[in-house]
Amino acid sequence: MKLSRIIEILDASLHSGHEKMDMEVDKIGASDLMSDILAAAQAEGSILLTGLTNVQAIKTAVISGADAIVFVRNKRPPQELIDLAESHGIPLLSTPWSMFVSSGRLYAHGFTGLNGAR
Amino acid sequence: MAALKKCFHIKNRDFIHAGEASITVQNMLKQLNMDPKLIRRIAVCGYEGEMNVVMHGGDGQFCVEVDLDKVVLNISDDGPGIEDIPKAMQKGFSTASDEYREMGFGAGMGLPNMETHSDQMVVESEKGRGTTVRMFFFMNP
Repeated sequence: MKLSRIIEILDASLHSGHEKMDMEVDKIGASDLMSDILAAAQAEGSILLTGLTNVQAIKTAVISGADAIVFVRNKRPPQELIDLAESHGIPLLSTPWSMFVSSGRLYAHGFTGLNGAR
Repeated sequence: MAALKKCFHIKNRDFIHAGEASITVQNMLKQLNMDPKLIRRIAVCGYEGEMNVVMHGGDGQFCVEVDLDKVVLNISDDGPGIEDIPKAMQKGFSTASDEYREMGFGAGMGLPNMETHSDQMVVESEKGRGTTVRMFFFMNP
């Protein structure tokens, strides 16, 4: 599914990565614990859904291979995070929905977990 | 002697720069055209190891050695050491402070993730004398 469609599903706003609207993702890693995302070590083609707005969220995405980050509950990343994400080509989004509701909406649209399970 | 060796200094409590050594190694291995899945495992293990030094380890050193048949990560620190290594290897066991948990780490998954994603891991530690973690990643024959 294209990133532009995910923005619609989550009523999300985009902070960086405007040129990546056509990026395809089909998996979700949802956690505030970065080690839970790293445990999969196979986050290519995925979105990191998190409430964590610090540099480690960006680094976890870079290292695990996650393609974009969505911050839940309308958390706004500080400018240094946006700059860091842009330097790694990772789009950052915010959704007003909670982790639970965001996950539910994406699940209903066919997304799987990082290991493909649903 | 390794074909290629690079070391980085890791500073205790330097949460802002933690992960940079692993990202540098990740980019370096990509340039060597290594298998992307192998690179992913090495980067994940390196990152968890870096975070362990930042959270627990005092200052430390992070070295990567690349050979024709394997990659070795050697992460050592001069921190307080691990009192009970088998306990530290258990998923969910953690001595990290709430400060680090709020930053998304310290939930007792670092060493287990490193063990899972390396082909071989050796942890040497003594109370009061620091910790050394060596992880081996073997190339496919």
